[in-house]
Amino acid sequence: MNRRNELIKNTDWLSVFLYLILVFIGWLNIYAAVYNESHNNIFDLSQEYGKQLIWMGIAFVVGFFIMLTDSKFFTVFSFSIYALVISLLIAVLLFGAEFKGARSWFNIAGVRLQPAEFGKFATCLAIANVMSRHNFHIMRLKNLVILGILLAIPMGLIILQNDTGSALVYSSFIFVFYREGLHGSIPLLCFITIVIFIFTLLYPPLFITALIIGGSLIAFLYYRQNKQEFYLLFLYITGGFFLLKLIVWLIEYPIDDQQILIISFLFTSVIGIYFIYKRKMRYIILVLLASWMCLGASLGVTEVFNHLQPHQQARINTSLGIENDKMGAGYNVNQSKIAIGSGGLFGKGFLQGTQTKFKFVPEQSTDFIFCTVGEEWGFIGTTTVIGLFLFFILRIIALAERQRSAFSRIYGYGVASILFFHVAVNIGMTIGLIPVIGIPLPFFSYGGSSLLAFTILVFIFFRLDANRLQVFS
Amino acid sequence: MNKFAHRKKIISAIIICICSIYVLRLFYMQVLDDSAQYKAVQNTQRLVTQYPARGLIFDRNQKLLVENQPAYDLMVIPRQVKAFDTAEIIHILGIEKEVLIKNLNTCRRYSIRKASVLISQITADKYAKLQEKLYKYPGFFVQTRTLRKYNVNHSADVFGYIGEVSPKQIKQDSTYAPGDYIGVNGLEKTYESILRGVKGEQILLVDKYNRIMGSYENGEYDKPAIVGQNLVTTLDADLQEYAYRLMKNKKGGIIAIEPSTGEILLKVSSPGYDPQLMVGLERSKNYNKLSADPNQPLFDRSIGAAYPPGSTFKTIQALYGLQEKVISAETCFECYGSFKTSIGGIRMGCHEHISPLDLRQSLQHSCNPYYVNVWRRILENSKYPSVRDSYAAWRNFVCSFGLGNTLCPDFSNEKGGSIPTLAQYDKMLHTDNWKWSYIMSISIGQGELLLTPLQIANMACIIANRGYYMTPHIVRPVNGGMNVVKKHIVPCSPRCFPPIIDGMALAASLGTARGAAIDSVAICAKTGTAQNPHGDDHSIVMIFAPKENPKIAMAVYIENAGFGARYAVPIAGLILEKYLKGSISPKRKDLEERMMNADLISK
Repeated sequence: MNRRNELIKNTDWLSVFLYLILVFIGWLNIYAAVYNESHNNIFDLSQEYGKQLIWMGIAFVVGFFIMLTDSKFFTVFSFSIYALVISLLIAVLLFGAEFKGARSWFNIAGVRLQPAEFGKFATCLAIANVMSRHNFHIMRLKNLVILGILLAIPMGLIILQNDTGSALVYSSFIFVFYREGLHGSIPLLCFITIVIFIFTLLYPPLFITALIIGGSLIAFLYYRQNKQEFYLLFLYITGGFFLLKLIVWLIEYPIDDQQILIISFLFTSVIGIYFIYKRKMRYIILVLLASWMCLGASLGVTEVFNHLQPHQQARINTSLGIENDKMGAGYNVNQSKIAIGSGGLFGKGFLQGTQTKFKFVPEQSTDFIFCTVGEEWGFIGTTTVIGLFLFFILRIIALAERQRSAFSRIYGYGVASILFFHVAVNIGMTIGLIPVIGIPLPFFSYGGSSLLAFTILVFIFFRLDANRLQVFS
Repeated sequence: MNKFAHRKKIISAIIICICSIYVLRLFYMQVLDDSAQYKAVQNTQRLVTQYPARGLIFDRNQKLLVENQPAYDLMVIPRQVKAFDTAEIIHILGIEKEVLIKNLNTCRRYSIRKASVLISQITADKYAKLQEKLYKYPGFFVQTRTLRKYNVNHSADVFGYIGEVSPKQIKQDSTYAPGDYIGVNGLEKTYESILRGVKGEQILLVDKYNRIMGSYENGEYDKPAIVGQNLVTTLDADLQEYAYRLMKNKKGGIIAIEPSTGEILLKVSSPGYDPQLMVGLERSKNYNKLSADPNQPLFDRSIGAAYPPGSTFKTIQALYGLQEKVISAETCFECYGSFKTSIGGIRMGCHEHISPLDLRQSLQHSCNPYYVNVWRRILENSKYPSVRDSYAAWRNFVCSFGLGNTLCPDFSNEKGGSIPTLAQYDKMLHTDNWKWSYIMSISIGQGELLLTPLQIANMACIIANRGYYMTPHIVRPVNGGMNVVKKHIVPCSPRCFPPIIDGMALAASLGTARGAAIDSVAICAKTGTAQNPHGDDHSIVMIFAPKENPKIAMAVYIENAGFGARYAVPIAGLILEKYLKGSISPKRKDLEERMMNADLISK
């Protein structure tokens, strides 16, 4: 009796309420997205909304049992759960059914399950377990390698299933690592890499190279107050550039401006290193190192891009506005934007959406469910949904911060990161800000595995949170 | 709590920041930018035009002449077309591959999103075959249209035909869209705005696959099509059919008018063509054939051919002479037959008849010298200071008979003929000091004087009515119609008419127009034989009957048929008998057969 009272008292009912409201709104939107006059009963079990209702029931039961489970179960068995899910991921590669190009489904008596969805909470548990150990320090190479392996296994297996989108979700753990002490330069570098990647695809290479070299000069100026040296460097680079240009022009050597610029920068760097050697200026090394890394990245991007699959290239190009093929790769995003945009301020009203109902929007009940929200509930609806998610995620972060146990805190951050990644990528793609990456909108998208997996993910955290007062560490 | 707790704020800030960017983006997409609304409507709403049935055309006895039949147009929305198997469509429709590809490109140029007609006027059986296969061809669909169906095989010149609108017409009148039909000539053209009705619109909701999902807002914004108004013509379809049979293998025009009302009872242009030829897929082929025919079946001779009226015009000359009192009914002139009579030193051709003869006899025998004398008196009238003034006065009189101008607003292709002006003569004669004799061929309806059969028939009406005519018309007035029937009184006193009518009655009973006589009906007629530099003379008659209370006035003009008495008179007589008696008497069956079988075209 005492235990039950405590559970009820310590559970964060606000989070549970937010969870329930998101699931309920999601269900209504699935109903609206696939609504047709001949099956207008929301409880019709032959339709997606009817099936989703069953999944909701299952999810609530599972959530309820998680709340009844001793919270130690999750800390103790976190690796076992991880191992179990990994073996499922391997099994699905061997025995799974292929559906829409991805071999990521188990088909058990007509019910489809996607183990990749369950990989998220399992990995989250495993990571929380490793990182909460005594004397764990993330900046140690050994630890980073362990974490890398923990992430790489499910990511690799999911990529093998040809489901790159779900694999990318694991990159969201960077938030967790950052919170637990990862040096800020690493996420920053990741960010810069992404920026360089986008810029390289958007602008001509010469411009990018010039931009990076210009950036390094400014950085140099920042660290060296001596302006004379800065002008000298500038002179070296530009002078070198034009000298080389002249030589190239004279001997008619086939080389472009970008390469000339890089060569002249290379010479200048050598001279720079001589200065550094003479005057022991450590910072310049960093500047040069960063500049050359950026240059390398920008040169490597084209290489990487060319190795992507054609549909992935097209999606990236579409979201960057490079390829604007409204009938081809851009069709989905274009229709999605039309559906959301046509909602206006107040939307067309429940069940009144035409773009989603008449199937102009692809995957209207799964990956593009946000279109229904946008079309039928307008800006008010989309803002409300984003607001609810934001509130929910921030609430989880706040709960995570109040944990006494590192395990619970790390797990909480993992939950928040995964949710945030899903929300940001899914909504971002429907409004054309991010390339199309096929991952569901948590609690909204139709699909039992997804709903069940997210329910388990958050309810384990709710359970850990309810138990926070019992843990002393 | 650990030393990195402050990073919660950084992480939260990133999350809030990204969510804010999304909300701003959504604000732009949903609230500020309204292009998506428009695109969404474009996606889901398909505007389907509802075509009204064209108005029907009836004859004066409510007999249905022109009605509608369903036809099917293969439509295409180029944007939705995927690469398809052309062979099957070509096979079903029986068209050339080049035609299909050419039309498809034309449709693409017009609009990539809007539907336009790819192949028009597909027959019902081909449509049935096509409909089964159409699911395989996205972007194609069939639209039901109405085409004309004719219950008669003649009178194409009256009805005219419909054709697809030209880009120029679309520019002028925005109610038309490419592929729409418009009256090209005949009544279809003049009464286009009445016959066509009003197009309706239906807004349908379609899904991604262009399947119809229902009507928009339960059809609240749909506009039903309004059916075109029917036309009741004044034609007598039976008479029309009979006249065409008589005119078989003859070139010329016939117009018959009810004098008291101006209603056109009969309008024949021969050779004509079957109006049904201008319908369907074969249309352009048939059209090319018809327009290449040396006998010009597309040319409406009854209202568009300007012919010399020949001796029929003597009636008008006589009327003017009487009106101006330069002659009286008793005035006699001498005539000694062929080129033996000299008037002012000019010898005049004529045929043998009694001499001297008065006005009535001059009409009976169609004496040429008599009218040369009359013409001299007209132009040398001392009432006017000069010949030119006399001519101007004569011209005014003649024009008041509706000559030199169009008469009937129901026709768009009517010609006005020609009554030369003073200026034209000055130019032609290279002087403004000409004498009556310079232009004396006018006196007998030759020379520069040109009239249409309609105008000759109208002259008959004026004489039959003793001094007036009603605006000739072929369509009973309808709402918004163009014909206003008015009474036109000619400036000729009633005393002038009896001698003319008597003369015409004599011509019909004892003179040149004997061949038209019908038992127990007093007929008035004036023959004409117009010289024709290109071949045989034209055979003409101007006729009305009965003499008192005339029921029908008519002009029959037959090209290259010799004397008026030879073909025009008997054909006119048969038509009169048919109209007034309802059938041809047995004793004239031989004549009827001879007339029907006469072939003046291929002789």
